[in-house]
Amino acid sequence: MEVGELYSSEQLDEAEGEQIESLKARSQQPIPDPDEWLEGELKRNILLTSVDAMLDWARRSSLWPVFCFPACCAFEFMTTAASRFDISRFGMEIIRASPRQADLMITAGTLTWKMAPQVKRIYDQMAEPKWVIAMGACAISGGIFRSSYSVVPGYNRIIPVDVYVPGCPPRPEALLYGIRMLQQKIAKMSLVTRG
Amino acid sequence: MTVLSGEELAHQIEKKFPKSIIESSPECLVVDSGFLLGVAAYLKKTPRLDFDYLSAITAVDYLDYFEVIYQLTSLRRNHSLVVKTRCYRRDNPSLPSVVSLWRSADFQEREIYDLFGISFEGHPNLKRIVLWDGFQGHPLRKDYL
Amino acid sequence: MVIKTEPFVVNIGPVHPSTHGVFRMRTTLDGEVVVDMEPVFGYLHRGIEKLAEERTYTGCIPLTDRLDYLASMTNNFAYVLAVEKLARIPVPERAEYIRVIMAELQRIASHLIAVGAFLNDCGAFMTPIVYMIREREKILDLFEMACGQRLTYNYMRVGGVSQDVPEEFVPALSKFLKVMPGWIDEYDQLLKENEILLARAKGVGILPKELAINIAASGPVLRASGVKWDIRRADPYSIYDRFEFDIPTGSVGDCYDRYRVRVEEMRQSVRILKQALKDLPEGEVRSDVPHRLHPPVGEAYAHIEAPRGELGFYLVSDGSIAPYRFHVRAPTLINLTALRDMMVGWKVADLIIIFGSIDICMAEVDR
Repeated sequence: MEVGELYSSEQLDEAEGEQIESLKARSQQPIPDPDEWLEGELKRNILLTSVDAMLDWARRSSLWPVFCFPACCAFEFMTTAASRFDISRFGMEIIRASPRQADLMITAGTLTWKMAPQVKRIYDQMAEPKWVIAMGACAISGGIFRSSYSVVPGYNRIIPVDVYVPGCPPRPEALLYGIRMLQQKIAKMSLVTRG
Repeated sequence: MTVLSGEELAHQIEKKFPKSIIESSPECLVVDSGFLLGVAAYLKKTPRLDFDYLSAITAVDYLDYFEVIYQLTSLRRNHSLVVKTRCYRRDNPSLPSVVSLWRSADFQEREIYDLFGISFEGHPNLKRIVLWDGFQGHPLRKDYL
Repeated sequence: MVIKTEPFVVNIGPVHPSTHGVFRMRTTLDGEVVVDMEPVFGYLHRGIEKLAEERTYTGCIPLTDRLDYLASMTNNFAYVLAVEKLARIPVPERAEYIRVIMAELQRIASHLIAVGAFLNDCGAFMTPIVYMIREREKILDLFEMACGQRLTYNYMRVGGVSQDVPEEFVPALSKFLKVMPGWIDEYDQLLKENEILLARAKGVGILPKELAINIAASGPVLRASGVKWDIRRADPYSIYDRFEFDIPTGSVGDCYDRYRVRVEEMRQSVRILKQALKDLPEGEVRSDVPHRLHPPVGEAYAHIEAPRGELGFYLVSDGSIAPYRFHVRAPTLINLTALRDMMVGWKVADLIIIFGSIDICMAEVDR
């Protein structure tokens, strides 16, 4: 039988190449870190609503990460999720393959320009509210590979990052500290500012 | 594993393919690119040599020429040999492909094409493999950046 | 009545839970059956070969860690062997034994993840891999005792290892070696005759012997196809010629054989470790190497039996402090050459299992 030549392999490659080059051209400056939680902190001193507190407790206690595991940090994330360090005590044992059902992206690994459009697409498909933890040196700034011709110098070129966890790779305890920090940040958010 | 001496094999190969050896040393054998396929087929099919396993292909950019190095091994006889070939052109360098003899050259030659720009005639699917389609240039050349 | 069907192209990956990293497969499917498959990778190409040309020889060791991050010790080992061959540097006895101990421990740790991930793909969602990560944690504790890191060790140096193992290491290792064979036997007993594993993995994704040799497959993939080729026996490096161990081989070359070969290799690694621990001599752990190494002009290729296959490093030196050319012979890239042949004709669910049984690590495929 004949496979319909709707998309030939060369056309697919070319389309992908154009997508990558256009994303690279648009991402020359880092995206500033989201700071709406600061406003919430100020508001919180004046007005403490129990609805806010309830929603924030619900959101931070069951953050579901999405699959985004390019490189070595992925294995430290997996051991954090395994029985010794046990991420499920923080409500995160379900790692969702579908971005529609997830609200946290833990970027574990080096980002290359070839992979960048796919990561951006996954991030765009996640529903609000969503947060990003940049795990490891490669996610923060490109790490040991910063001067390479094909590495994005940090995830904050293409998506806004909430918490940065340094290390190469960060120990599971460091990742858990970063997650705890994100939970405290979520606790300060108000209903009005974030979706 | 015995490492076969390039000099001894050079005599044998010169008899069959005259003027094909550029230089030879105990460590390696440098073959002229026009004779590469013939010499490779001879090395694979001769019963005493029997090089059925192509461990690795790699390329080096010595500014005057590109050198492509083939690490050959024989599993049955447990000996190995290093064969090299050179390409003196800088723009559009080209060499014959050994995919028809050893399929392990498939991805490795594509990678050399991607990173050095050396094209291999006879390769079934020569296109970029680790970099994306619109990337300009060939990064592992010494004059890139 | 013949139903009219039409094949269509489905993209699997690069963000996919079962592709062991960022790997993309453009599959042409006719219903559930795979008609054609094209692998696309390069999503993790970080330019390690170019970066190494700007670093000193010792400075390249952290870069080699990040190649196959599940087996960093063996990556370091292959690289320092290449530099020592290039610069003709001797290695003290104690350092040789410590290197072999680290390499074999690393082999066990890597195969635990390989087997666990394979079983995860087969459908045993999470249970085997969580148990195997528990055993791996014990090995990572030993590594942390020796060099302070859990994943990317940067432990071996040109001329030896960076520091000696502390006193607690040898008793801890002996304790581990007493317990580990029992755990391997227990996992094997639960899984070897398991109906689901046999139904899903036996006869699936066969790599015939001639094709395996032609594509230069290496490691468990080659041995499962019936070729008894192990670099530790064929071209012994370091002190492997002093140890007794068997080389497990398969017969058919299907996914089940690859799984069995890995489990048997874990047992053989424990055997080597017991012998190495018994003969561990005293002495210094690093020979005197200048801080900035200038090897003589020349080239060297050194290869070892890494957990995933034959890992080789080809180095060219021009007499300066940085390598002129640094090339990695990546076993997983070359093992993937016959992926299309192994997958055509099977269903989508088998695709995942075949891919999992080859056990790749994307950072090494793309470098």
